[in-house]
Amino acid sequence: MARSKSRKPRSHPQDDTSVLIPKVTPKRFYGQGIPGVDSDSLTGKLIVVEGADGSGRSTQIARLVQWLEASGHHTIQVGLKRSTLVSEELEQAQQGNILSRTTLSLFYATDFADQLENTILPALRAGSMVIADRYIYTLMVRDLVRGVDETWIRNLYGIALAPDAVFYLEVRPDLLVQRVFAKNQLLDYWESGMDLGLSRDMFDSFLRYQALMRDTFRRLQQTYGFDIIDAERTPDEINQELQRRIQAVLCGKD
Amino acid sequence: MKQTFAELGYPGRLIAVEGLDGSGKSTQIYLLKRWLEMQGLKVFFSEWNSSALVKSATSKGKKQNLLTPTTFSLIHATDFADRYERQLVPLLKAGYLVLCDRYIFTAYARDVVRGCPPEWVRGVYNFAALPDLTFFFKASLEVSLSRILDNRPTLKHHEAGMDLNLSPDPYESFRIFQGRIFEQYLAMSTEFGFIVMDANQRIEEQQGIVRRLVDSHVHLDQYRLAKAA
Repeated sequence: MARSKSRKPRSHPQDDTSVLIPKVTPKRFYGQGIPGVDSDSLTGKLIVVEGADGSGRSTQIARLVQWLEASGHHTIQVGLKRSTLVSEELEQAQQGNILSRTTLSLFYATDFADQLENTILPALRAGSMVIADRYIYTLMVRDLVRGVDETWIRNLYGIALAPDAVFYLEVRPDLLVQRVFAKNQLLDYWESGMDLGLSRDMFDSFLRYQALMRDTFRRLQQTYGFDIIDAERTPDEINQELQRRIQAVLCGKD
Repeated sequence: MKQTFAELGYPGRLIAVEGLDGSGKSTQIYLLKRWLEMQGLKVFFSEWNSSALVKSATSKGKKQNLLTPTTFSLIHATDFADRYERQLVPLLKAGYLVLCDRYIFTAYARDVVRGCPPEWVRGVYNFAALPDLTFFFKASLEVSLSRILDNRPTLKHHEAGMDLNLSPDPYESFRIFQGRIFEQYLAMSTEFGFIVMDANQRIEEQQGIVRRLVDSHVHLDQYRLAKAA
């Protein structure tokens, strides 16, 4: 024992072995929830990262997962269009652009519900950290900018569990477009909101659509109270802020 | 309060049939369709759970028992919305008589029996207008059950309500499940003004009543196909 100590001197021996045990805080559903689910049994934490493509979501999530696992927390990732049930069909439908608005909303809701019940809730019951690469807010905002009735969409997502933290990575549209071009040199039809007919010019439509999305996110923020993160900073700065906020959540602080 | 297509000013009319499996409702709506078609009227027939796109996901979910009450409800709502937005509404705007073998009441009944909150289910289907006429084929539970069960068919998992753990025996499970759906239909009957049909009567007797009622509620002359010039 003495030998191993002398071989590996540590200034703060706890840093390597102590693992923070997250404080269990009460959970709630936004509406009626899922039949038969006792929200008190959900001891894990649900952390959501929202933001447009190009806002740095994937980078931040990858780093958060690294950090959480290094800190001793089992971590599960979920995201839109990843359900076993309907992800393929949803992809097809979107490619063909053949579904009407309500149908597409309900299809996405099915995809969400499948992951909620088969992945998110079991993981939370097991005490894991669940990192969601977007959640119901993106789905709601997309529908709201397309004129879907807000009461209807809120009732629909009454099944959703309220997360322990929601971070909306905000980047202004003209910077977003630069980031997308730096990566792909191509604007996505849906991310440009071409189906809305805002403009026949894709670049122009992208800017207007992303501004609409941001405004609607801000409006929803007033109801759902998520954290708006300035994502125009460096990835390091953003990640430090996210870590600090998640650390507070793990300690049971709001 | 939800409105009917007539109340919303659509030129078309929607007629729905509801009832348990084995109540004879599909036979009746088929005969109604034939009668309307043979008069040269604009008729369109639509079945529950039949939209091509959603079908693959539904059958996958059912086969692999992936569905929970919530996803079961949502996937059927998706199917319905697809037919509603792409077929029913445009046809009703074009002045068609649309016949539906099952409508939103099927979801109201089944999803609630499966444990979904009634207000949530109704909210999900809130985009759909009410039928102008809804026939509820009320056969005694025993008659409906024996029409289905007498040939000892292989009951599908969800069809038998096996996901509700009512009984390990699929036939017993089916009986209990259908009994509960029947209660839901009865409870909705007044609320939605169903025309309650005695489905224990002869096929012809029922069809006579259906035709007379449709004829008295709908100005059939307005629904003639436009003659080629």
